[in-house]
Amino acid sequence: MQIVRTLLTRLATTIITLLGAAIIVFVVIRVVPGNPIAMMLPPGATEADIARLEALYGLDKSIFEQFLIWIGNVLQGDFGTSITTRQPVFDLVIGRLPATLELSVMALLIAIVVGGSAALTATLYRGTKVEGGIDVAGGVALSLPDFLWGLALILVLGVLWPLFHISGRVSPSLGFEFNTDFYLIEALVRFRFDVVLDLLGHMFLPALALAIPLAAIILQLLKQSLKECMHDDYITLARTKGYSETSIIARDALPNAILPTLTLVGVQFTFLIGGTVIIERLFSYEGLGNMAIDAVINRDLPLIQGIVLVFALLFTLVNLLVDMTYAALNPRLRHA
Amino acid sequence: MSYLTIKDLTVRLKNGVPLLRKVSLEVKSGEVRALVGESGAGKSMIGKAVLGILPRAAKLTGGEILLDGEDLLTLPPKARRAKIGAKVALIPQDPLTALNPSRRVGPQITDRLVDILGWKRKQAEDRAAELLDEVHIQSPERVMRSYPHELSGGMRQRILIASAFAAEPKLIIADEPTTALDVTVQKQILKLIREMQERHDTALLFVTHDLGVVSKISQSLTVLYAGMVIEETDVRTFFAEPGHAYSRALLAATPKYTDPDGSLMPVPDSIISQVEQQVAAFDAQLKR
Repeated sequence: MQIVRTLLTRLATTIITLLGAAIIVFVVIRVVPGNPIAMMLPPGATEADIARLEALYGLDKSIFEQFLIWIGNVLQGDFGTSITTRQPVFDLVIGRLPATLELSVMALLIAIVVGGSAALTATLYRGTKVEGGIDVAGGVALSLPDFLWGLALILVLGVLWPLFHISGRVSPSLGFEFNTDFYLIEALVRFRFDVVLDLLGHMFLPALALAIPLAAIILQLLKQSLKECMHDDYITLARTKGYSETSIIARDALPNAILPTLTLVGVQFTFLIGGTVIIERLFSYEGLGNMAIDAVINRDLPLIQGIVLVFALLFTLVNLLVDMTYAALNPRLRHA
Repeated sequence: MSYLTIKDLTVRLKNGVPLLRKVSLEVKSGEVRALVGESGAGKSMIGKAVLGILPRAAKLTGGEILLDGEDLLTLPPKARRAKIGAKVALIPQDPLTALNPSRRVGPQITDRLVDILGWKRKQAEDRAAELLDEVHIQSPERVMRSYPHELSGGMRQRILIASAFAAEPKLIIADEPTTALDVTVQKQILKLIREMQERHDTALLFVTHDLGVVSKISQSLTVLYAGMVIEETDVRTFFAEPGHAYSRALLAATPKYTDPDGSLMPVPDSIISQVEQQVAAFDAQLKR
C-alpha cells in the first residue's frame, strides 16, 4: 500500500514538473525577440505571405490558445512538426536521445570511477602528501567549467597529440549500418569491437570533459564522509578484529559514506545532462543538445518545446532513480 | 602464569604531553582485572594500546606489551594485527555505535572467523548462533538477519559480547561496557560478561570508573591517576584496607550498596595535590 502511494505521489509531482517546464518554455520562446516565419521566407515576401504562414503554424492565435492546442496534441502523442526540417518532432527527439544518453552515462561512469577511487585513495593516505596532492587536483578540476575542459582536451588530446577523435559520433569510413540509435550498446551486442572502439574514441573526450567537474565533486564529498566514518566506533572494532586499513575503508566505511554522496551526485548528474548541450556542440556530437542549439538558432518552436520536455522528463527520472537507490542502499529506509 | 604483561608503557600526545607514564600491569590467564580511575586517567588508553587502536594524536613512545610472552610492539604491523585479531577481543563502550549500521548483525559476528581465521562460512554461522544462544538471545537466526537499528541497546551489547567471544580469545578488553546502558540492563550485562568469562575461561581486563562494579566482577584491580599506576592489589584487600590515600578517598566517594543512604566524601584537595606531587616527581625523574 505504502509503495503504491509513494509511486502515485511521485507520478503526480512528475506531471506537475513537466507541465511547469512546458509552460515556462512555451511562453519564454514566444516572448523573446525572433520570429520563425522570418527565418523561413526569402527577403521581399509580402505581408500576405507572412500572414498565411503564421496561420499555417497557428502563430496568429494568442499564446494561451496556442498552448492549449499544443498541450492537447501532446496528450494525444503528437508533438508537432519541426518548422525547419518538416519532420515530426517526436521522431527527431527519439532519434537523438540515445546519443545523449550514452554520452551522459559514460561521463557519469568516468566521474564515479575517477572521483570514487581518488576519494578512497585520499582516505587511505589521509594526513599525508598523497591526500594533499589529490585535494589540489580536485580543486583544479573544479575550478574550470566542463566546456573549458572540452576545449583544453581538444587542444591537447585532439590536436597536440591526436589520440582521440574530436568530432562526430562514429567514423563514416567504417561503413557500419546501425539498426538502432543506441550505437554503443548495439555494437557491443553485435560483438563488433572495432566499432565499439571507434565509438569510444569519439565519446571519450566529450565524456571526460563532462566528467571532470563531477569527479571532483564526488571526490570532495565522498572523502569528507569517509573521513568522518573513520572515527566511528564500528571502524575501531573492525580494526581490533585484524582487518587491514584498506578493507576497513572499502567494507565498513564506504557503504555508510556513500549515502550522502549519492543524493548530491543525483543533482549534479542533471547538471551534467544540461552540460551536454554545449559539449555536444563543441565536439559536433549528434545528440539532443546539439539539436537543441540548432533549434534555438532557427527559432524552431515545436522542436525546442519537444527537446525541453524530454530534458525535463530525464531530470525527474534521474531524481526518482536516486531516491530508489538511496532506499535500496540504506537499511534504515528499506523497512520503513 | 600471566597472559598479558605490560612493562613501562609510555604513551604521549604528539606534542609530548604524557598520557600514560610507565604503566606496568599483568593479567593472568583466566583472571579478571579491573582498571579503575577518573575520566582522563588513561584507563581506556591502556586497552587501546594493547589492541593497537591508539588515536592518531597519541603515540606509543616506550615500553613493552607482551601477549603470551611475545612483544606485540616488535612484530611487523600485519603480523601484529593478525595476532591481536586471533587472541584478543574488545567489548566496546557504546553498543549503539559499535555495530555497523549498514550491515546485518550475523556477518558482523562471523566476519573475524571467516576473513581472519579462515573458517568455513557455514561453520562460522553455526558458531555465531551457538554464541547468541549463550548470551540468552531468543531465535538467533532471526537476529542474525537483522540490522542493528532493529535491535535494542541491551540486545546489541549482547551481540557485541557474543562477537567478542567468537574466536575463543585468550584476553578480552571490556572498555566501560555498561556505562552507556540504563541501570537495569547494566546489571544483566555485567552478570552476562562474568558468566561468559567463566565459561570460556578468558582473561578479562575490565575498564571502569565504577568501584561498585569492580567488586562484582573482578579478583584484582589497578588504580590509575593521570596515566600512572597508583595502586595494584586484589579486590578483597582493596575494599578492606586500601593501601594508597587516593584509593581510600576514591572508596569514600563511592556509594555503598550495603549503606545506600550513607554520606559520600568528595576526594579532598589535599589528596589530589598529594598525587599530583607524586606525578610531578615522577615526570622530573623521567627527565633526568
